[in-house]
Amino acid sequence: MRAEVLVIGAGPAGIAAATAAAENGCKVIVLDDNVTAGGQIWRGATVDSANTQDVAKQRAMERLQRSGAQVLNGRSVFSADASGTVQTLQETASGNVVEQFHFEKLVLATGARERFLPFPGWTLPGVFGAGGLQALVKGGYSVAGKKIVVAGTGPLLLAVATHLAEDGAVISSVLEQATLAQLAPFAASLWTHPAKLVQGARFRVKLWKTPYRAGCWVIEAIAGSGQTLASVRVTDGTRTWTEPCDLLACGYHLVPNTEIAAFLGCAFRESFVQVDSAQRTSLPNVFCAGEPAGIAGLEAALVQGEIAGLACAGRSHASLQRRSAAERAFGDRMEKAFALRAELRSLPRPDTIVCRCEDVPFARLQGHQGWTDAKLQTRCGMGPCQGRICGPAIEQLLGWRPVSIRQPLFPVPLQAFCFPDASENNTTELIKEKA
Amino acid sequence: MPKLLSILINNVTCQVAPGTTVAAAMLLAQQPSRISVDGDPRVALCGMGICFECRAVVNGTSHRRTCQMLCEDNMTVETNS
Repeated sequence: MRAEVLVIGAGPAGIAAATAAAENGCKVIVLDDNVTAGGQIWRGATVDSANTQDVAKQRAMERLQRSGAQVLNGRSVFSADASGTVQTLQETASGNVVEQFHFEKLVLATGARERFLPFPGWTLPGVFGAGGLQALVKGGYSVAGKKIVVAGTGPLLLAVATHLAEDGAVISSVLEQATLAQLAPFAASLWTHPAKLVQGARFRVKLWKTPYRAGCWVIEAIAGSGQTLASVRVTDGTRTWTEPCDLLACGYHLVPNTEIAAFLGCAFRESFVQVDSAQRTSLPNVFCAGEPAGIAGLEAALVQGEIAGLACAGRSHASLQRRSAAERAFGDRMEKAFALRAELRSLPRPDTIVCRCEDVPFARLQGHQGWTDAKLQTRCGMGPCQGRICGPAIEQLLGWRPVSIRQPLFPVPLQAFCFPDASENNTTELIKEKA
Repeated sequence: MPKLLSILINNVTCQVAPGTTVAAAMLLAQQPSRISVDGDPRVALCGMGICFECRAVVNGTSHRRTCQMLCEDNMTVETNS
């Protein structure tokens, strides 16, 4: 299939980009890995008028539909080249569908994932990511009556705790590793973002009985009878205590999904894709919006997406630049407020699993010089997630940065990768996978 | 109330609401999605298709990311070992 503007990711940034480009006359296709559009922050389709995010989502989705942009869900991008082709895999009940998409301009709106930091017991059933547990509840898992500790860092923790409480969970505490002193300037600066203040107030209403403990973190998850979670050990740096719980929702803010950008050869600024004021990357026909260009939240994603979409359509985006700069500044303040404390680097014991795909314990990584060495000797980072989970953890623990990104960017059946020209005529080819 | 879907998880019939992901259904059934390299039970971690901890055998095909897949009537799901 052919698109003037191909958008990868149907979260807020991708939706805004697709809408702006399509409203200005471009033929737009949006590819998304999830079952439905909305990304993570807008995951789930239920509309709750008390929740401003859902109203915003509904408006954005309606406008996207009217714009004429085509959204294709359930597509994982496993191959891309900047000259104009992207390949996707769609897993269906009857087999795998490989599709090729051709583009003139590409918008990377690939969002972010949670950062996980290994600690003893983090592989036990009952331990989830914070956003992870929220996503699973939106997918139909019920936490009603369950006692849950929400821990880690970042503004997501309160949102997650609120959502879990609304589902009937008992949130025994919210543990934020950042200190109050670190958080205070950020909280005070929210006066410039009224929408975020309203959200914050709503969280407090739902969680008025739940202690929010700044400067505390989980050091161990402990199993009860059988191999499931029974309690967590918590510390504030001077004393430690045990909190019994059924589930732990623990995530350390976000890391950008930049694999496609890195593979294409886009220039980076530290961990993020380098963009200009039009959200254009170092490659002239590739744009990037939202978290991969800098973790700055929903409003930043929306304005950056709109800028990218307008730029793709050759329209002016000058009127959006002030808003964009303000949201970037918000992101910078957020990064300072939720900076990770050094103690989190010493949580793993020698036998704590770091790479969950290959069960590589922390002790086996020590003595290696970096990723290449460790991969060859231990298989760390070589499982199906391709280092997406252990990579950011190891960057914190050992300071190693990822060395290379190769295709397939996502695990695909061998047939899909070996016969890339299956869709010669821009049509789709069904490849039946042998069980 | 929409009709519940009937799926088979590790040979036990489970009823789930339409729209339930396979990962959520496995959690409700208290079944691990996979057994790790060292033999430990694992369940979904990230819930968004990144970590691959939720991969299971769906309708006979292994390594399916169950958090990105909705339950269908008469689906069979097994722990990936």
